[in-house]
Amino acid sequence: MLTVTGLCKTLPGVRALSEVDFTARAGEVHALVGENGAGKSTLIKVLTGVYQPDAGEMTHDGAPVRFATPSQAQQAGISTIYQEVNLVPLMSVARNLFLGREPRGRLGLIDFRRMHREAEETLRGLGIRVDVRRPLRELGVGAQQMIALARAVAVDARVLIMDEPTSSLEPREVRTLFGVIRTLRERGIAVVYVSHRMDELYEICDAVTVLRDGRVVHTGPLAELDRLRLVALMLGREIGEVRREGLTKFTGSRDTTAPPVLVAENLRVRQRLHDVSVSLRPGEVVGLGGLLGSGRSETAKAVAGALPVDGGRIVVAGEPVRGGSTAAAIRAGVSLLPEDRKTEGIVPGLSVRENIALAALPGLSRFGLVDDARVDRIVDTFMKRLRIKAAGPHQKVGELSGGNQQKVLLARWLALHPKVLLLDEPTRGIDVGAKAEVQALVDELADDGLAVLLISSDTEELIEGSDRVVVLKDGAVVRELTGDAVTEEELMRAIAAVPAGGHDD
Amino acid sequence: MTELSLARGTVDRDRALRLLQDYGVYGGVVVLLLFNFVFTPHFASAENFRTQAVQVAPVLIVALGMALAIGTEGVDLSVGSVMALSTSLLSLYLGYGPWVATLIAVAGGVVSGAASGALVAFVGVQPIVATLSLMVAARGLALVLLPQLKDVHDPGLTALGSGDALGIPYLVLIAAALALLLAFVMRRSTFGRQLLAIGDSRPAARLSGLPVRRVLVVAYVCSGALAAIAGVLATARLTASDPTSLGTLMELSAITAVVVGGTPLGGGRVRVGGTVAGAVLIQLLTTTLIKHDLPPSWTQIAQAVVIVGAVYAARERGRR
Amino acid sequence: MTTDTGEATMRKEIPAAQAGDEPAGPSRAERLSALAQQHGALVTLVIAMLTASLSFDTFLTGDNLENMALSSAFLAVVALGMTFVIVTGGIDLSVGSLFALGGVLAAWGSQYGTAVALLLPLVVCGLVGLVNGLLIARSGLAPFIVTLASMLGARGVLLALTDEGSRTYLVDKSAYFTKLGQSSLLGVGVPVWITLGLFVLGAVVLRRTRFGQYVYAVGGNEDAAALMGAPVARTKVAVYTVSGVCAGLAGALNAAWLLSGVTILGSGMELEAISAVVIGGTLLTGGFGFISGSLVGVALLKVIQNVINQIGSLDSAYQQVVSGAFLAVVVVAQTWLGRRRRVL
Repeated sequence: MLTVTGLCKTLPGVRALSEVDFTARAGEVHALVGENGAGKSTLIKVLTGVYQPDAGEMTHDGAPVRFATPSQAQQAGISTIYQEVNLVPLMSVARNLFLGREPRGRLGLIDFRRMHREAEETLRGLGIRVDVRRPLRELGVGAQQMIALARAVAVDARVLIMDEPTSSLEPREVRTLFGVIRTLRERGIAVVYVSHRMDELYEICDAVTVLRDGRVVHTGPLAELDRLRLVALMLGREIGEVRREGLTKFTGSRDTTAPPVLVAENLRVRQRLHDVSVSLRPGEVVGLGGLLGSGRSETAKAVAGALPVDGGRIVVAGEPVRGGSTAAAIRAGVSLLPEDRKTEGIVPGLSVRENIALAALPGLSRFGLVDDARVDRIVDTFMKRLRIKAAGPHQKVGELSGGNQQKVLLARWLALHPKVLLLDEPTRGIDVGAKAEVQALVDELADDGLAVLLISSDTEELIEGSDRVVVLKDGAVVRELTGDAVTEEELMRAIAAVPAGGHDD
Repeated sequence: MTELSLARGTVDRDRALRLLQDYGVYGGVVVLLLFNFVFTPHFASAENFRTQAVQVAPVLIVALGMALAIGTEGVDLSVGSVMALSTSLLSLYLGYGPWVATLIAVAGGVVSGAASGALVAFVGVQPIVATLSLMVAARGLALVLLPQLKDVHDPGLTALGSGDALGIPYLVLIAAALALLLAFVMRRSTFGRQLLAIGDSRPAARLSGLPVRRVLVVAYVCSGALAAIAGVLATARLTASDPTSLGTLMELSAITAVVVGGTPLGGGRVRVGGTVAGAVLIQLLTTTLIKHDLPPSWTQIAQAVVIVGAVYAARERGRR
Repeated sequence: MTTDTGEATMRKEIPAAQAGDEPAGPSRAERLSALAQQHGALVTLVIAMLTASLSFDTFLTGDNLENMALSSAFLAVVALGMTFVIVTGGIDLSVGSLFALGGVLAAWGSQYGTAVALLLPLVVCGLVGLVNGLLIARSGLAPFIVTLASMLGARGVLLALTDEGSRTYLVDKSAYFTKLGQSSLLGVGVPVWITLGLFVLGAVVLRRTRFGQYVYAVGGNEDAAALMGAPVARTKVAVYTVSGVCAGLAGALNAAWLLSGVTILGSGMELEAISAVVIGGTLLTGGFGFISGSLVGVALLKVIQNVINQIGSLDSAYQQVVSGAFLAVVVVAQTWLGRRRRVL
């Protein structure tokens, strides 16, 4: 149905896709998997006309095509269902379903009776029963997702691309969604299904394509691939391949028996975290393992007060910390290096100096006036210690390279002298040299007695950097690796394990 | 996403645009001054400069507060009405002496600013909408307190409005002092830096534990207080309280001064010097048109064009 | 909005599919809040009118009501255009100036006949609206600043036309144009009939045409609307043009009623119009609202004004205080309601 061959796409600084071949066949649900930065989203954006490929052929229905805009792709019958539902929440279900192609009666006015009837029929055909007059937002996310699906189908989509459609759905909603997907498959629609949930993939998908570092590392029927092998492919690790000497800059593990400085117990966030508990001792690096969407970042954010929790408690150095307030967490000594450096980390328009001093400002001022001499001293210390490469302390942070931005952020937190440092993907998107420096720094900080929580999609980094690894899956802790069990193989087994009471294919 | 590949090709144009935005306002002021020196009779007189400076002072003071609100990625549409409220309060409480009356007037501005700030920071109303309702209510309140124009005869206020020290009118001195104070606050205080961080990237500011709400409220309170001060000064200069017309369209003049001065509407940057120059530029533009016998209607049209042009230029940069 | 029967069957038949699992079905509180948003203004209006008629003998008289209706008509037409703009999530601050400009153009044009008197303001004000729309939709400038600038620009043009406001154009009394403002039908002034007709038309356009659906979609979720193929830019340009035309028309009708184009009218009208629209239940953030609500909002504002006038001892400025406070309360309520719904 839709085929691409030899697809190449270079984004600034990265070769996002190289020589990618991909085929979506009619009546087939095709899983597209890969870790962060593997090139999934770039591939989807090329397929849907958001990006233009640098090289490669794309054929649709046997004819070569090239989409300049998303709407061209849509007209050609390629629809995308995004993670966030892209409908108008304040309008009724029927209006959403029919926007732009409402049935019109006399005088060109919309015939609502017919529209509601047809909307009901369309939805019933997919096994969905809702009151089509209700505003969309009154439905649950799952139902909204299905309305989006129905709209895509109703506009004669031949290829449906679903980008993590289940990430915010309840289990029952997922089942209904799968029912709809099966109906679509029977109708001969090609479905491309992007998800990180192993169980879902094996339940609904027929074929799989695994991307890693912009290349296709495997493609074929899913049933022939067992879970462990799939995880190994995604993470780029061979089972049984254990390196004696790591490539990362982490040194050996630390023996720690001290009482924990951070205890987070039974953290609950609706639909995202289910009773997650983590504890950190001073001088210890604890890794949070798991695939994308398993609740790693959410755990870190909840601990740092950036994500309101529905339940659970956080204790730092024996003192309970009020949840849902970053200021309270920071006062208690918890600092978070956020995953999304560009939007949640740096303040791009301010200088290196201001960015480093930002969080520590109250401590660096007297009577509300900043003590510039002290700021300069601190900025100078950290720029040297972290080897931040900038034209000077007054250069705008937005102009620095990713690695240096990350170091500025680290400096911002270190200037506060935290007890606990939460690092969410600290080395993502930064060059190799800076990566090694950051890794060495994490080690050094732990040696100085800081408790570090490390999140990384880079398994090697996670395993070698951590003394212990807590493995998350679907928002819950599934295993904790300690001592000799801190290996990539054990991590992959933990991730691939079939949940108790689950079913295997 | 294509930043890198595009950067080289457009770097010159980009730099030119940035220079234009940062320093264009000063260039504009110089050009207008030169034009007037050459073509406008009696322009280069001390008396004329004095008049110009006195006229620009209230606008400038309001623009300083507006710059703070805009720096937080907001806007304060209520400034004109707050000026009206301030003049009403002033003439109402003038019986207690000019100082008490001034304090009450400024307190009115603070309360109004606190209301806008609370709506923005705690309730989460968009700044335009929040300050719009304050704009309606404050003007109404001003008219309730003082239904029509009233002459203000107070020796203290009259002295404030028309007196001078070392040949420089008090009004100008006060405006200059406030501008310097604001520049100092933005440069040296924790508040100033936190405000810029919040305006530039609110998620990052929140994750860094900054007191986002407090800073927002304080910014709007400052804007309200400065507008009230401008109201007092304008009353002193006119020796009359006119709540019906005082401060109408002031929000537009202030926004123009701020935007022309190179402060982006998207927040994260406050240019005090640019704002001063922006206010001066508009004043000069008005004067030039008037002195060359062009009617006030032309001034309004010219100002409309200038503001759209300034916002348009700023947009280019925001998209980069 | 919801039919109970439909929901009930749905729950019975496919519990897994839908609301069965959803705690997000409309709770009683949420329905009440939706009702309050839709009909709150109407209920308040009825209460206000009842109270007023019990308190003042002069309130519920034919003359008084007719006066109120006539004086509301012009604001109502402006609010009609404003409703379209606000439903797209925008704002139009230029309408007050355009209203005054429309009046002057109509009065000046009346010497050349009714057609000129009526068409000139519509075309000129429509053009200003078009420019607003183009700057907002194509260049991506903020609506409030563009329309604030054109408010100033339009006022400048108005002053230029009237020798800096010193000249007042009188409407040529012989022109048929004056009938639009002066005559009455079934005892009710023609402007009122025109206004009612326009509201019916506006309601039909907003609720029953594809364009209307686009207006809601753009205001509800602009990105989604674009992805769903709605002509976002064209819709925005259209609503600002409609708003300009409405303001111009209101000005022309007003001139026909007053028999002159008065330059000082219309300042502050943009705020009154916005207040009326928002009080009528339209969300300032866009995506939700009704034409009929705006009519109720205008009526409510005018009744409050009338009552304040009747009291006599109170200054008419209280009306501004009341509507400002009203606006603030409604906006806060809307924000809270909106936030709670998002959480659910």
